[in-house]
Amino acid sequence: MRRMSTIARNPAFLALFVALAVTGCASKKSLPNNAGELGLSSATPGSQQDFTVNVGDRIFFDTDSTAIRPDSAATLDKQAQWLARYPNYRITIEGHADERGTREYNLALGARRAAATKAYLASRGIPANRVQTISYGKERPVAVCDDISCWSQNRRAVTALGGASGS
Amino acid sequence: MRKLRQTLFVFAALLVASLLASQPAAALVEIDINRANVEPLPIAITDFQAGDDLGARVSGVIEADLKRSGLFAPVNRAAFIEQIADPDQTPRFPDWTAINAQALVTGRVVREADGRLRAEYRLWDTFANQQLAGEQFFTSPENWRRVAHIIADAIYQRLTGEKGYFDSRVVFVSESGPKSDRKKQLAIMDQDGANVRMLTSGNDIVLTPRFSPNRQEITYMSFEGGQPRVYLLQLETGQRELVGNFPGMTFSPRFSPDGQKIVMSLQQDGNANIYAMDLRSRATTRLTSTAAIDTSPSFSPDSQRIVFESDRGGRQQLYVMGADGSNQQRISFGDGSYSTPVWSPRGDLIAFTKQSGGKFSIGVMKPDGSGERILTTGFHNEGPTWAPNGRVLMFFRQPAGAGGPQIYSIDLTGYNEQRVETPGYASDPAWSPLLE
Repeated sequence: MRRMSTIARNPAFLALFVALAVTGCASKKSLPNNAGELGLSSATPGSQQDFTVNVGDRIFFDTDSTAIRPDSAATLDKQAQWLARYPNYRITIEGHADERGTREYNLALGARRAAATKAYLASRGIPANRVQTISYGKERPVAVCDDISCWSQNRRAVTALGGASGS
Repeated sequence: MRKLRQTLFVFAALLVASLLASQPAAALVEIDINRANVEPLPIAITDFQAGDDLGARVSGVIEADLKRSGLFAPVNRAAFIEQIADPDQTPRFPDWTAINAQALVTGRVVREADGRLRAEYRLWDTFANQQLAGEQFFTSPENWRRVAHIIADAIYQRLTGEKGYFDSRVVFVSESGPKSDRKKQLAIMDQDGANVRMLTSGNDIVLTPRFSPNRQEITYMSFEGGQPRVYLLQLETGQRELVGNFPGMTFSPRFSPDGQKIVMSLQQDGNANIYAMDLRSRATTRLTSTAAIDTSPSFSPDSQRIVFESDRGGRQQLYVMGADGSNQQRISFGDGSYSTPVWSPRGDLIAFTKQSGGKFSIGVMKPDGSGERILTTGFHNEGPTWAPNGRVLMFFRQPAGAGGPQIYSIDLTGYNEQRVETPGYASDPAWSPLLE
């Protein structure tokens, strides 16, 4: 609740709240989860759930590439706006690779993807001292199958909120 | 390892001259190991004489070692004509040539009054009617498997002219749980998969372990503390320490042949470069300096050169440089990309992982990049490691989908591929040197 009061004092919060009130219905309709699972508290603006669902916590990469794709740039732009609105959050960017590479190269590739993501966010005004990076290489796939549909989901950089430093 | 050393005070004593027999005369049984697809040598390995089943267990380990090498074809015991009653007596050679056993192994295992175990063996050439070798070993009873491996090494060496590799161990990563949240533990086992022991709890992801040359330490990479870094583990005490104090992720650690240095990659932003750290002075030296991923270093056995992988040319390729980082030259030029180079302990070859056409292969090439040979190809083969005699490789194979990796061994000729049995999924094998 302390976080709520912190957020409520922030004028940006009010603006977001109004925006959500207007678009809330439409965005909720697109959610795959049932309403009970989401719950009221997890939909709190400025929360992890808000970030994950309404902004998007991850971007994807082409094979062996660290280039930020246009769809990824759009996600990162939203992340940067959100992070500017909630400046107390530190973040950790987790870089990942798919399984179609060797272990050590993939560790470095994941680190490269995290670094590229960090650089992009920096170009959108998120200072480097708010951002940590870590590479998991191919050690933590989210999708498990034996074809390209999975591998493309695993080549990712995930922005994890490190907690609001003020709360 | 001190405890192990004490209890494992194995020493060989040459038996008296009469037992050792004469030096080889002519036309003795031997295997030319350099020929591809060698016809395995038929060898009869009798149950060692003992007061209990330990004799049969010792000869069983010897037989399994020799069979797995692919160079020997143990003769089915049911075919034996002579039953060895006294291993000190010269066998009836015609009984063994009749079943085409070109070599014969006899022996005994005795529990001494002082509690030690005495194991002795004799190796016979059945067609030349003579003894080729005979030795005895003393050890504590719990080391019976090790004595069996040492005897298998002696037989292998006597018949092939090459050093054996059976008295060696493998450190690897034992895997369990779902692929999306795989638990990974450092583990150690004998080269035949026996005596598996976990070295870490599994709370943190651990990767890419390597033995020190004296087999007392393991360097590896761990995610403990939230940042992936290189660690050093003392096998004897279980003590762990961080290697170096670098600002970013460190990974891909390897010992120098003298055990005094660790070479590894340091990640800074998007680049990985290779550094060497002296373990005594803690001084670090930067060996590569590119805006690329330079990793997987491996020393030549003479310590003069290092082979590594780099994507500085666009894709992962193999490069060789001086141990001080000088004169970096690309050596791999085939189709596809090359990674995880490992210099053979003999110095003559470099093993690697190759990605090409959606397949992952294990192959070898000469240090100048010539003579590339692919040993095995499939959906995903990765991470070769050399047996201490440079004749056999282990690697891991990952099936498509939700399953997990397993460790395999393959002969340098590309024949005799076999799975190494492990309790669960297993990856990142690293073969130990032989104990001198």
